[in-house]
Amino acid sequence: MSASATRTPDGQLSVRLRKCFPGGNGPSFTLDVSLVVSAGITILFGASGAGKTTLLDCIAGLQTPDEGEIAIGETVLFDSQSRRNLPPSRRSAGYLLQSLALFPHMTVQQNVQYGLAALDNSEREARSLEVLESFRISSLAGRRPGKISGGERQRVALARALVTRPRVLLLDEPLTALDAVTKARLVDDLRAWNQRRRIPILYVTHDRDEVFALGEKAVVLEAGQVIAEGPPHDVLHRPQSETVAQLAGFENIFDCAVLGSHPEQGTMTCRIAGSALDIEVPLTRVDPSLPLRVGIRAGDILVASAAPQGLSARNVLAGVITSLQQRDVRVIAKVDCGAEFEVHLTPGARQSLHLEPRVRVWLVVKTYSCHLLQNSG
Amino acid sequence: MIIQALTLTLRLAVVVSVILLALGLPLAHWLAFSRWRWKFLVEAVVSLPIVLPPTVLGFYVLVAIGPLSPFGRSYQALTGHSLAFTFEGLVVGSVLYSLPFAVQPMAASFSSIDRKLLDASALLGASRWRTFWRIVLPLGLPGVLAGFVLSFAHTLGEFGVVLMIGGNIPGATQTVSILIYDQVQALDYATADRTALLLLVLCFALLTILYGLRRSSGWNVWGWK
Repeated sequence: MSASATRTPDGQLSVRLRKCFPGGNGPSFTLDVSLVVSAGITILFGASGAGKTTLLDCIAGLQTPDEGEIAIGETVLFDSQSRRNLPPSRRSAGYLLQSLALFPHMTVQQNVQYGLAALDNSEREARSLEVLESFRISSLAGRRPGKISGGERQRVALARALVTRPRVLLLDEPLTALDAVTKARLVDDLRAWNQRRRIPILYVTHDRDEVFALGEKAVVLEAGQVIAEGPPHDVLHRPQSETVAQLAGFENIFDCAVLGSHPEQGTMTCRIAGSALDIEVPLTRVDPSLPLRVGIRAGDILVASAAPQGLSARNVLAGVITSLQQRDVRVIAKVDCGAEFEVHLTPGARQSLHLEPRVRVWLVVKTYSCHLLQNSG
Repeated sequence: MIIQALTLTLRLAVVVSVILLALGLPLAHWLAFSRWRWKFLVEAVVSLPIVLPPTVLGFYVLVAIGPLSPFGRSYQALTGHSLAFTFEGLVVGSVLYSLPFAVQPMAASFSSIDRKLLDASALLGASRWRTFWRIVLPLGLPGVLAGFVLSFAHTLGEFGVVLMIGGNIPGATQTVSILIYDQVQALDYATADRTALLLLVLCFALLTILYGLRRSSGWNVWGWK
């Protein structure tokens, strides 16, 4: 990578690093990333094993890159050329580890105050009270981490990382273990907090919903490299590569072949492999020598309990429900239309349409909800 | 006679276990957290006294503190007397002999601490020193106490090393175990019986306290886990 990390005065986090892990018996893994993170929440998105945690560890100083440069604004944290490598204790990076790592022998308050050793007593008290207040955990101050709930622990860990007023915040899947309500409240608190501080926040997740809920910007990491970067909608809604598509939650991905194109209408007709299903997709330039797939989001598919008429949507597929499963507030239906589709509905929709296994339904898919995917090379 | 030997033995055990606490903490910390590739060599050396006959260890220490070695000569030049057959000599020998009994439980409890806690401490700006006092020591305290008590008890009962280095000088180097040996040599079985029983009861009491503490909830002074 030739692009040198640019140092900017306003506290941007700039990262350019390479770190190689010799594979032993297996294949080796190389993290090779060049990235600028501005104030606000940037989502670092990728499958497990993509190198997300390693990247955070390198920024925080828990792991050392083979080469590169890491800086916050004007402050260089790591530079392989000048052999500069600040220890984690001097990087002013708040890092919420995936395991939280709360100190089990200290109370919530002692945990939160741990990073404030340099302050005098009264200021330490004031600062910790303020943060306990804003994360709504004041009532837990005297309790030990073993005696509070998972969501409360997450709050305490977040408060402990933020009370030191770090210059960047690194969050490693901080919300994975939480239910939807607790998650939403914590996200609100984090947002509110960052409205005042405006520091770069790198937020690691593999949950698509979190990308949309939180991110001002998303970065997709795969096999140690950034493969896509931009506003969440651009990155996830118009995916160019199949990897991003899978990560972005294309529950339905089918091999397909182009039967014909209709340039005057801006569409093409594709047949889903192994079936007699023809669907209409947007006109897309495809390379006939490479395998082609079509991706459809389970949430983009409409379900009708009678054959629909007078629709603008071009794809109406008749099928039979093979299974229904409720997860949290989402009903996941499998529908056999010659190829099996996954469809997401609300519990209310399920009830009003009397959806049960073996019931006949029609799936409606807009042309523009069908995304053609082809991996370039 | 017994009282004199007992006082001497207890004094030796206190001095040795305190020295071993001071030496053992940094050594155990290093053994638990170092990533040095040759660390296993140090581990082997530290554990050596467990398997080595006390006479072998005692012999080497005797040679090392004697007038033939540079260390022995400089010590004599500095203090005017040799370490051999003195209380100080006993301390040196006993520290080496009881080293693994102090270090191993400490190192074991340190290495069982979740490394992520140490990372978290560093990320919150703590120096290694602060991390040791605030995180490693409190969480490893059961092992530290075990190491302290075990090195104390082990010093109480040692024989071979003491005999090799200290000889058998009442009031200076004659510990309880040496006294028993002395009494048996003199065929004074009645006195030897009483002395032996005293040592047995003392060691048993110490170990009972140690394991009792470990079992009871009182061990977890801070109530975590």
